Amino acid sequence: MPENCQLFVGTKDYIAAEELQNSVNISAALGRPLLIKGEPGTGKTMLARSIAEGLQKELIVWNIKSTTKAQDGLYIYDTVQRLYDSQFGDHDVSEISHYIKLGKLGEAFTSPEQVVVLIDEIDKADLEFPNDLLWELDVMSFNIPETGETITARHRPIVVITSNAEKELPDAFLRRCIFHYISFPDEKMMKEIVHVHYPDLEDKLLAEAIKAFYWVRSIHGLQKKPSTSELLDWVQALTVGGIDPEKISSELPFLGVLLKKDRDFKVASQQMSGRVPNRKAPMRSFWR
Amino acid sequence: MFIDFFYLLRSYGVPVSLTEWMALVEALSLGLAHSSLYGFYCLARTVLVKSEAHYDRYDQAFQHYFEGIETSPELTEKVLEWLENALPPLRISPEERRQFQEWDLDELRRQLEERLKEQKGEHHGGGRWIGTGGTSPFGHSGYHPAGVRLGGSSVNKSAVKVAAERKFRDFRTDEVIGVRQFEVALRKLRQLSSRVEGPADELDVDETIKATAEKGGLLHLAWARSRKNTVKVILLMDSGGSMNPFVHICTQLFIAMNRASHFKDLRFFFFHNCVYDYIYLDPTCRPRNAIETESFLNQLDPDYKLIIVGDASMAPSELLMIDGIIDWSMSNSEPGILWLKRIAAHFEHAIWLNPILSEYWEWTEGAYTIARIKEIFPMYELTVEGLDQGIKKLKVKK
Ligand SMILES: Nc1ncnc2c1ncn2[C@@H]1O[C@H](COP(=O)(O)OP(=O)(O)OP(=O)(O)O)[C@@H](O)[C@H]1O
Ligand SMILES: [Mg+2]
Repeated sequence: MPENCQLFVGTKDYIAAEELQNSVNISAALGRPLLIKGEPGTGKTMLARSIAEGLQKELIVWNIKSTTKAQDGLYIYDTVQRLYDSQFGDHDVSEISHYIKLGKLGEAFTSPEQVVVLIDEIDKADLEFPNDLLWELDVMSFNIPETGETITARHRPIVVITSNAEKELPDAFLRRCIFHYISFPDEKMMKEIVHVHYPDLEDKLLAEAIKAFYWVRSIHGLQKKPSTSELLDWVQALTVGGIDPEKISSELPFLGVLLKKDRDFKVASQQMSGRVPNRKAPMRSFWR
Repeated sequence: MFIDFFYLLRSYGVPVSLTEWMALVEALSLGLAHSSLYGFYCLARTVLVKSEAHYDRYDQAFQHYFEGIETSPELTEKVLEWLENALPPLRISPEERRQFQEWDLDELRRQLEERLKEQKGEHHGGGRWIGTGGTSPFGHSGYHPAGVRLGGSSVNKSAVKVAAERKFRDFRTDEVIGVRQFEVALRKLRQLSSRVEGPADELDVDETIKATAEKGGLLHLAWARSRKNTVKVILLMDSGGSMNPFVHICTQLFIAMNRASHFKDLRFFFFHNCVYDYIYLDPTCRPRNAIETESFLNQLDPDYKLIIVGDASMAPSELLMIDGIIDWSMSNSEPGILWLKRIAAHFEHAIWLNPILSEYWEWTEGAYTIARIKEIFPMYELTVEGLDQGIKKLKVKK
């Protein structure tokens, strides 16, 4: 690793487990894209922001949709505008470069300083998408045949790619990536995460909320287990609602914040009644 | 180079390629293992393993390979303690770096022992330690989430112990999981049909505009293959008594199939142990809800992809004999195996999913018939990984 290379250690609003820090630093040192997978809400998207902030670099975000094509990230040749101009405008349409617009990767490559590029939710795109980017990500350079120009990265960007595993990614693509699976945080780490979002939270409330949260997650048969984001919302609801920490576990107030699916809500409520005998219909205090 | 670790990983089922191995070598030469076994554990995993489903295998292989290193009392805590303190993980001088270019384990072990002897007690090389105090660039006042100390805090973690925890066991896809995973696997059956097949019969507006523009405004039509899904699937399930233990998993597959809205056509049929003259329309397998197997084959084109689910376990007579059928009230004029062969010959794509895990295929009571049926249909175990492989198989003609 270069002597004065900065290392990523998380930021004040983002807790990165040591293994994750390692993977980030390894990917940066090797100049290979970092592919991040993990349950929803485990901070995949946030990671890139945190890297950019921690290393004080600009962040360029490329959000992938099902219709996104690899080409979009490189450049777009606005032929329609050119056609329009040729018919109706008084522009000089022979200068094609006026109609070339760089995409997110193009922007990153031409940036005068090293940037962090986030390719968010790559699995949303077509199956061919990752393969179509292989070459460009490898050599960090591409060609614009329309103008004969070659765009080459001035500084190899730090590339973070996230996936929710909707689709399998091609092997050839995987081979070139550094891979990290963000495990769901354990209770200790979760406490830290909540803490950075709500530093003034009462210890007792935090402890009780986390205990209850992991209990809810452990319920068998949930369609969608609550994630970090839901916990954060829940903690806020509990605080704003002025809930007595003692009652969190036994009553699970505002359970609807954690479980958004009606079915899951029912499953959890049933489990609750099994768990706590002789309650006087606490169900009514639930919020949904 | 400890190349045998590479082969060990592969033998444990981690599909490591040479590209990745070379990347690991490069990373080691850059000192990215931080000269600790735990650092190496993280490094090799992040560079070599590309799916959380393989983490567990990696852990097992790691444990296997490195076990000795930490079970020897000499080299357990002490060494790692020493490692933590002696080589600052973050800055490694070029000489030190060179040392680790050939990161040979035996050599490392030897060096460690030697240095251990030399170096009684701890000793920190002064300036080499990075910011245990407040020198971190991120060290703001007050609460500091990331901890001020850079890296290293878990160098004393036992890598082998971490591996032995096998935290990622639940992510294995060769263990039976659930509907959701099946759905994800089934979705792969969509993609194969999307772009490669079929005529280019849809106007590609973008391409047309582009081509027209390139021709300076002269209209040029561009056509694309339409992206309809053309996959048609038949699920043919055994609902016989020996399948009872597998009801749960079969139900999950059934639900996943049902939810998969992306098939052009999806049909369900049932049989009892083996297919004979009749095929049933519901799992109760009653004659009144049956169609002749002959007409089943006539009605359904060979391009349907056939997935048979069954334990393939029965008395050999049920498979091989006329009137071998298990239901006493029924008869069959031809042995079941003939029907299976006929079915296999009819469909261009067919697989058999067996809820019995493949490691038992040779040992269960049904071993004989499993072996015979396996000759007719490519057989996979009914797990997420098995389904995955099966679906790959379904994409190519036999
Ligand atoms: N390690 C963490 N430190 C601080 N905050 C976190 C951490 N992990 C998750 N969060 C919080 O949880 C929320 C969800 O994070 P994020 O959107 O990055 O998740 P994601 O993995 O990208 O989810 P999805 O798969 O839904 O896109 C954010 O509000 C983020 O602040
Ligand atoms: Mg995200």
